[in-house]
Amino acid sequence: MSELTLMLIRFAYLALLWIFVLSAISVIRSDMFGARVDSGSRSERRAQKEAAKSRPKPVRRRGAPTHVYITEGANSGDSASLDDAPLLIGRGNDAALRLDDDYVSTRHARIAASGDTWFVEDLGSTNGTYLGSQRLSQPTTLQLGSQIRIGKTILELRK
Amino acid sequence: MSAPATSRRNGSGSVSSGFTHRRRRGAELVLLLLSLAVGIGGYAAVGIGVDGEVPTNILGYGGWLALLVLGCHVVVRRTAPYADPVLLPVVSALNGLGLAMIYRIDLARDGSLAPNQLVWMTLGVILFITVLLALPDHRRLQAFTYTSGFAAIVLLLLPLVPGLGNEIRGARIWISLFGFSFQPGEVAKVLLVIAFAGYLVLHRDALALAGRRLLFVDLPRGRDLGPILGMWAISLAILVLQRDLGSSLLFFGLFLVMLYIATERPGWLIVGGLMFLAGAALAYQLFGHVRIRVLTWLDPFAYDSGYQIIQAMYGMAWGGLVGRGWGQGNPTQTPVPESDFIVAALGEELGLTGVMAIILLYGLIVERGLRTALVCRDAFGKLVASGLAFVVALQVFVIIGGVTKLIPLTGLTSPFISYGGSSLVANWVIIALLLRISDQARRPLPEFTGVTDDDTQVVRTR
Repeated sequence: MSELTLMLIRFAYLALLWIFVLSAISVIRSDMFGARVDSGSRSERRAQKEAAKSRPKPVRRRGAPTHVYITEGANSGDSASLDDAPLLIGRGNDAALRLDDDYVSTRHARIAASGDTWFVEDLGSTNGTYLGSQRLSQPTTLQLGSQIRIGKTILELRK
Repeated sequence: MSAPATSRRNGSGSVSSGFTHRRRRGAELVLLLLSLAVGIGGYAAVGIGVDGEVPTNILGYGGWLALLVLGCHVVVRRTAPYADPVLLPVVSALNGLGLAMIYRIDLARDGSLAPNQLVWMTLGVILFITVLLALPDHRRLQAFTYTSGFAAIVLLLLPLVPGLGNEIRGARIWISLFGFSFQPGEVAKVLLVIAFAGYLVLHRDALALAGRRLLFVDLPRGRDLGPILGMWAISLAILVLQRDLGSSLLFFGLFLVMLYIATERPGWLIVGGLMFLAGAALAYQLFGHVRIRVLTWLDPFAYDSGYQIIQAMYGMAWGGLVGRGWGQGNPTQTPVPESDFIVAALGEELGLTGVMAIILLYGLIVERGLRTALVCRDAFGKLVASGLAFVVALQVFVIIGGVTKLIPLTGLTSPFISYGGSSLVANWVIIALLLRISDQARRPLPEFTGVTDDDTQVVRTR
């Protein structure tokens, strides 16, 4: 192998190595500045919400939950339709599901949908929202019949 | 919880919520193909440089490497679609570079280390995939805080068991099983990160706020610091007994940095730095092998043990700015060039230009790890990601600093490049964990239909 070829290979390889390094850095760069920033989309989202309200209710799939039912606690037997989602749960007057339970915060938790899935989210309550024995730290998906415990009250999604 | 800490945390949370990360899996694939070109190109260039022809098994080798790396890519696509796009390609490039260099050393010495290393890499990739598949959410690891702390100590003790442990080059840190030798300390470092993170997440407020103030540090109460201090002291004592300087340094630094990150008290760094100086002075007085390391560092020509570092320095000097080219240097002049001194061998054949690229690649791994920690929404994930990133950073600093004679030489492997199965496997697991956390961190929050107007929404991190 001639000296010239070896030298060409040497420099070609170093160039390849640096091309790789620089393209990795450029991916990081586009990752930082190229990400979609959705600030100011709050008004857009509100507009979407308004549009969603005026639209007729979408046909729900069979087997999808339709209401929240209180199985245990002071208000047991009460229920609220999921058509009014997002549902606010708490002791306050603006809550869709008002609970007479000393262990419930004024604005305790929220049940909301994202696509076809339902989520429950704790709103920074004092005593926490539990799914089974797990205290929620972030929005968590709900299945049909999964039991949400808030204070002494237990709620579940039903058809 | 202190008021400023809370507001700061909320501040970072709002930044990440107004900012949606893209998946970037396509970018990852392009980078992966480039990284394969780096690895396989290096392999081919070694063959041309040494034998004057492309190695005959280039198709099998290249195919195997591509299969491993693309397999990882497919699994990431499936199980962690929002994971960081840069980590995997950088690791694949470093691993390819290491394999090419080991193959080059093999050719010079008629060895067969490269196939072994490829087997270990395969094992590392299998573990990488297993971690991603078996661990859908990194927060589950928090349940194993004490288990992993205990397991780490057991692993560190294993080499001291007679019959199982193995002493190689003055350090008793290997175990031999079924003809394979393994360094349990490499796995222990991952477990210790998890243990420290799990403990600190639960106790950081107590550690930061309760207790008395002494000089410029808030000293925590003994019962808060006790368990973790015990865990750390035991692992450090074991390492000192095994004469493993590099790992002792690594664990000490790791403990200190995680404590600093968890409590947000810079005083810990000052106290830790003083403790390090005191410990180093004590070790210099007490242990002969420490003193020899330092003296060799100061004046390598005066001692027999300086031969290795002198050869490495000559090699790198001969490499110069652009190196001799693959296969054109003499890396085997340095004793054991394939493990601790592989960076010197790379410096000889790729020159300063190549070594700078390698250090930059390590820097990218660390940067992506710390970035993940910043974006991550839960405190446990933040601590694990920053701990793992720091492990890589300190390891690279200690070994490349040692090889280039910036600091006294202590034996550690260069992550992903050096020959050595345990280190390679453990580092692949580290990358799997980082990808898992970054997937969780970059994944957009589920969007609710109809958002209420409360800006003061609190997302509890635990």
